Amino acid sequence: MQLTPAVIEVERLCVEFDGEHVLEDVNLRIESGEVIALLGPNGSGKSTLVRAMLGLQPIDHGRVSLFGTPLRRFKQWQRIALVPQRLPGASSIPVSVWETVLSGAISPRTRWRPFSKSEKNAATQALKDVDLWDRRHSRLDALSGGQQRRVLVARALASSADIIVMDEPTAGLDAANVAALARLLGELKAKGSTIIVVTHEIDAIESLVTRAIVLGPSTHHSVQYDGPPPVPNSFAHDHHHHHDAVIDEAPPVIGMDS
Amino acid sequence: MSMIWDFDFMRRALLAAALVGLIAPLIGVFLVQRRLALLGDGMGHVALTGVGLAFLLGTAPIPTAMATAALGAFLIEFIRNRSRTAGDVALALLFYGGIAGGVLFASLAPGKAASSLNSYLFGSLSTVASGDLWALGALVVTVLLVLLFFGRELFAVSLDPDIAQVQGIKVRAMSTLMAILAAIVVVVGMRVVGLLLVSAIMIVPVAAAQQVTRSFRATAALAVVIGVVASITGLVGSFYVEAPPGPAIVIIALAGFAVMAIAAVPIRRRRREHA
Repeated sequence: MQLTPAVIEVERLCVEFDGEHVLEDVNLRIESGEVIALLGPNGSGKSTLVRAMLGLQPIDHGRVSLFGTPLRRFKQWQRIALVPQRLPGASSIPVSVWETVLSGAISPRTRWRPFSKSEKNAATQALKDVDLWDRRHSRLDALSGGQQRRVLVARALASSADIIVMDEPTAGLDAANVAALARLLGELKAKGSTIIVVTHEIDAIESLVTRAIVLGPSTHHSVQYDGPPPVPNSFAHDHHHHHDAVIDEAPPVIGMDS
Repeated sequence: MSMIWDFDFMRRALLAAALVGLIAPLIGVFLVQRRLALLGDGMGHVALTGVGLAFLLGTAPIPTAMATAALGAFLIEFIRNRSRTAGDVALALLFYGGIAGGVLFASLAPGKAASSLNSYLFGSLSTVASGDLWALGALVVTVLLVLLFFGRELFAVSLDPDIAQVQGIKVRAMSTLMAILAAIVVVVGMRVVGLLLVSAIMIVPVAAAQQVTRSFRATAALAVVIGVVASITGLVGSFYVEAPPGPAIVIIALAGFAVMAIAAVPIRRRRREHA
């Protein structure tokens, strides 16, 4: 038993959809400060694993602990920030960039007071960090896809969470926005944040990644590879078939021995 | 206008209409954001069964409709959580049942209940009793207080339920709260706007406002202005043309939508040039 609990611990996790095993016997221990790329083809269970870690997906077997607390009893949600690809509610009603970033500070704990000065300062700083301060009064859906993604990153930055989980942050972005995102990730890493990036596409962030976890279809173990990047070719066979980003022409995975 | 003010029933109706115009868009903005614009409609149908029951049992319509609509709110959220695919059909069944139950119970009730059901369907100028005003006022204050405390969490859930849950927000509780708030609005609006059209005063002002706004807060504020103006002018107009107020209010709100849609054209063009 380690003295400091892992930030996320997953033990013997199994998730089924309609009797089909989506995740089989997943065991992971994620330590503070790790930058993890969660890789694998579509249907390999990457998103399901992240959802299960965050309590968004019911689990059939096994257990998940966050900061040493079993998921069921976990309360310190302010320590976790999820960066989605988009916000469904921001396309049906106008929502400003500023409202989006500040929405990261909404919590049942602060129900009885308005947003504090420090929450507003954090939102201001985060918007400046992603270079979108002058767009704060714009409608979120009036921004380009890359700018919207940066707003969602700013939303996580403003929350000062210890764990930041990003769902396909580079998918569909142009090279400039991917570079901006990689720079932000680098700053977060330097601050000691634990970062989990679900992605098809490790190239743009590979230099920052301390550990790659590859999921794949298997009858017994979903985790195909768990170790430092680069991912050995033998585990990455299916990887580039689902290359949906538009970023660059480099091979998606560099072999161990190349 | 001074003539209208001379009638006690019109003063009460105007006040009731202003209350509806105030809170209906405040709830509607969340419903539109969650793409649940038709939820209020269904809630109105369910509340109709409450009105029919009140006729049949001889109880007061507002509390009976409130209880039925609140029960309907729980049922709707239960169905929505239980099944994603069959939820749509299940909701439709609940809504049909609401209308059928309301008309059936009212027909079984003694006296001319069935004919006064009409005033609950499309609203009426003369049915707001002074006791009703107190009930409506209490419901409106309740809604405003709930929004003051839970409004931001409701907003976060409407933005993205998954993210809201990871922020520690009780998504299911907030969804049920939203449905109950919609039920309250339906009951507040049933006297003057009527149960068939009450959801329009939740949705149309929001649809109008969002043509020209850039933020959630501004959308809600402008929608309230449109809602109050449409409710009051519609009510006054219906007094002069001797029509039920519900349709008049909704027609004026729809005219507001048309005006905003036209106004939005130059505004959008200017914003594009500045972007």
